[in-house]
Amino acid sequence: METAVKKYTFRDFASDQEVRWCPGCDDYVILRSMQKALPEMGVKKEDVVFISGIGCSSRFPYYMDTYGMHGIHGRAPAIASGVKLANPDLSVWVITGDGDAMAIGGNHFIHVLRRNLDLNIILFNNEIYGLTKGQFSPTSLVGQKTKSSPYGNVQPPFLPGELAIGSQARFYGRIGGNTPKEMAEMFIEAEKFKGTSLIEVLQNCVIFNDGCFTQYTDKSVREDKQLHVKQNKPMIFGKEKDKGLVLNGLKLEVVTIGENGIAEDDILVHDAHEKDPTLHQMLVRLEYPLVTGIIRRFEDVTLEERMDNLTAEVKTNSKFSKTDDLFYSGETYEVN
Amino acid sequence: MVSTIKNPKHEVLEAVIIRFVGDSGDGMQLTGTQFSDTSAMFGNDIATFPNYPSEIRAPQGSLYGVSGFQVHIGSVEISTPGDNVDLLVAMNPAGLKTNLHSVKPGHTIIVDTDAFTKKNLEKAQYESNPLEDDSLNNYRVIEVAMTSLTKEALKDVEGLDNKGITRSKNMFALGMVYWMYDRSTDYTIDFFKKKFKSKPHIIEANTKVLKAGHNYANTIELIPSAYSISPAKMEPGTYRIIMGNTATAWGFLAAAEKSGLELFLGSYPITPATDILHELVKHKHFGVKAFQAEDEIAGITSTIGASFAGDLAITTTSGPGLALKGEALGLAMMVELPIVVVNVQRGGPSTGLPTKTEQSDLLQAMYGRNGESPVIVVAASTPANCYNFAYEASKLALEHMTPVILLTDGYIANGSAPWKIQSVDEMPKIKNNRVFEYHDNWNPYDRDEDTLARNWAIPGTPGLEHRIGGLEKDKVTGNVSYVPENHEYMTKIRAEKIKRVQNYIPDVETEFADEGDLLVVGWGGTYGSLHTAVKQMNGEGFKNIGFAHFNYINPLPKNTEKVLRKFRKIVVCELNNGQFAKILKINFNGLDLLQFNKIQGLPFGNTELIEKFQQLVK
Repeated sequence: METAVKKYTFRDFASDQEVRWCPGCDDYVILRSMQKALPEMGVKKEDVVFISGIGCSSRFPYYMDTYGMHGIHGRAPAIASGVKLANPDLSVWVITGDGDAMAIGGNHFIHVLRRNLDLNIILFNNEIYGLTKGQFSPTSLVGQKTKSSPYGNVQPPFLPGELAIGSQARFYGRIGGNTPKEMAEMFIEAEKFKGTSLIEVLQNCVIFNDGCFTQYTDKSVREDKQLHVKQNKPMIFGKEKDKGLVLNGLKLEVVTIGENGIAEDDILVHDAHEKDPTLHQMLVRLEYPLVTGIIRRFEDVTLEERMDNLTAEVKTNSKFSKTDDLFYSGETYEVN
Repeated sequence: MVSTIKNPKHEVLEAVIIRFVGDSGDGMQLTGTQFSDTSAMFGNDIATFPNYPSEIRAPQGSLYGVSGFQVHIGSVEISTPGDNVDLLVAMNPAGLKTNLHSVKPGHTIIVDTDAFTKKNLEKAQYESNPLEDDSLNNYRVIEVAMTSLTKEALKDVEGLDNKGITRSKNMFALGMVYWMYDRSTDYTIDFFKKKFKSKPHIIEANTKVLKAGHNYANTIELIPSAYSISPAKMEPGTYRIIMGNTATAWGFLAAAEKSGLELFLGSYPITPATDILHELVKHKHFGVKAFQAEDEIAGITSTIGASFAGDLAITTTSGPGLALKGEALGLAMMVELPIVVVNVQRGGPSTGLPTKTEQSDLLQAMYGRNGESPVIVVAASTPANCYNFAYEASKLALEHMTPVILLTDGYIANGSAPWKIQSVDEMPKIKNNRVFEYHDNWNPYDRDEDTLARNWAIPGTPGLEHRIGGLEKDKVTGNVSYVPENHEYMTKIRAEKIKRVQNYIPDVETEFADEGDLLVVGWGGTYGSLHTAVKQMNGEGFKNIGFAHFNYINPLPKNTEKVLRKFRKIVVCELNNGQFAKILKINFNGLDLLQFNKIQGLPFGNTELIEKFQQLVK
């Protein structure tokens, strides 16, 4: 029988460890958003597990008073997969960064998304390596000057959402690192979603890549530069709520409502549930406005369901109930 | 047919070694398996070893496409598949050419003359037909037009195409060999009935050809008449023939059932370990969670995750895979979680010789990680005891909260032998270190006083929420600690924990002599070869040679030094360049160790061992 879940507050999820990120880092915002979101999720504290890799973001589990493992570089999705397969009742969260997930852990990242286990992945994207003190990452921009690219980065970047959806991600959301309320809402949605959910947080690194997302995330420009999509709502943005997206041929186009005969009805309505990811990919790639919110949320069969169904079927048809049945089955013979 | 064959004779043999060779597609593995299973049912002790090319479908008739299966059967104890053979069945020239050197002079070769065409002789790089020149004068050659005889036997069977017909010729050969060694065809006919249940014409065809071969051997007077090999004296009980890799998989099934835990396998396919994955994926009915991961690293890291969450978690691999798993193995050691890593060793380094056997991953298993990172290392030594050591590895991991590396090798993993079934009830109890609720002053790194194993608090347990990770931990709380003295303390306690495993493992035993002139030392998969050689010498009057074989490598059994120092000379025999000898030297001062090493991707041969030992006791 399910026991009632105790009503928690954010304090129940804070560990006794001193938080050691740099002052002003967006990681604090993510931590606090998570601690505030968890009491709203209806999960028991002892059922929550945070698994991380290596990097600034990966210190996260130490600060959560839940079960947690600080793993090795890039491998958190694989560790988390083992946890979830061993006990599907757990709420399992992967904490990773752009280097951890898409460089050293690229293989695990794409495969975990493909399989669709019921896991939640939070990707802290700051377009830089922080813990190793400032080298370019797989999301750093071409030309970006870093410790390991003093004359400018020559390696074109991944767009995490594009890579994720290309890897069959069923749930992908993106959010600025300075909008805790929306972030917490998305964490709650990620937990509700059955399947692997990926949330990319555009996280400012105050030391090595300060201001990398300011052009989109700064409070003064946010409403004009960001389109925060919501299910079944028209894709409208701007301080005056007068800008919107329409399809022009095979391209998205920004239009102004009331100009050139454009009415609110002409604006595209967001459907994250659509199986075909074409429009979701276009939203991910759009540079103006930057699309945030849950861009894709396609309900699909999870890996656990597939495995459970298979196991149930095999069990029904099996003549073995314990190991000895197997040992003594088939071609045995007696020596007297 | 040549006329060099001597008169038929009746002879009772103690043991016989037979090798079936042909093209990859000739069904030699099936032929060999049928012969060995039938012999086992008859009561012989057996050992088998398959030898096949790494190419999946090598070009027909080519030298490198030869597939073979060797069977050693006896009325006496059989510990190895043997080296040189009494009977070679060669289905084509390439098979003859690549295996002739293994036939004992004066012994028998059966060939399918229909396969000795100009084209096949060219492919096998024969300049002249060996059946027509004098090159086989030292052997008793039985020439049989097997393909034609098979076609003739099947001319009235409907529903078979030409390819299907010629593919049955291996059963003709098998029928002949059954007759030669006085074996019944019943077991194989039953096998056809089960295997081809829905294809009656295939059952009919195979049965006809098998019987045709049997009758042919009976009819023609050129074949020396039946040898017989009496049943072996074996411990009474229920037996089955088991391959090493299957035995490994079953040992884990037994350990999971006994410990009351679910079994998790995280694995990535690699030769020659993949058969363990193949076996375990079948057993979903026991709740086995077999997860084929995206790579070797995900194989072990998913295993660590499953162990954190409370499963009996294992991963399987071979040499290069163990190298990839090194960092994660360090994590498992650091977070002190129980996992078992099986390394079915193959020829190395790098990609090396994937289908060949070697013992060259021992030092990698011991030391192949960054930092001070001791783990338990155990090694199985026969196909059948892979069961016991998979079980033992699981037990040690769970009771001592540590990764355990189980070493087997391609030779015992693919070899098969009779296994006296060991019911799960007979197996020793497995404890674990689970904690189920919070008590005052509970900490994740609380240790058992005797074993030093930390406690195992799994997610889902209220009140025991905690964090672990690869950073050095405080000795009590498990929180991150950079305190210098703490790091030294933790390094030492992790080493001490492994050392104390000595208190829980059996002594190493010496066989044949407890003291004397020469101690033969081996470890892992060479048991059969070494045991056979020393036993043979003992029988020939060398009563001063002892044999000590190691299954526990790290830690070594407590009495190791005592055993070693009782002999004037010690020779450490390994299929590597002296890795176990190095370990013994590190542990015990002033030991004068001789070495006998072979690094050819092959097991030790009986003759080479005996020559070496004789030379050492001269």
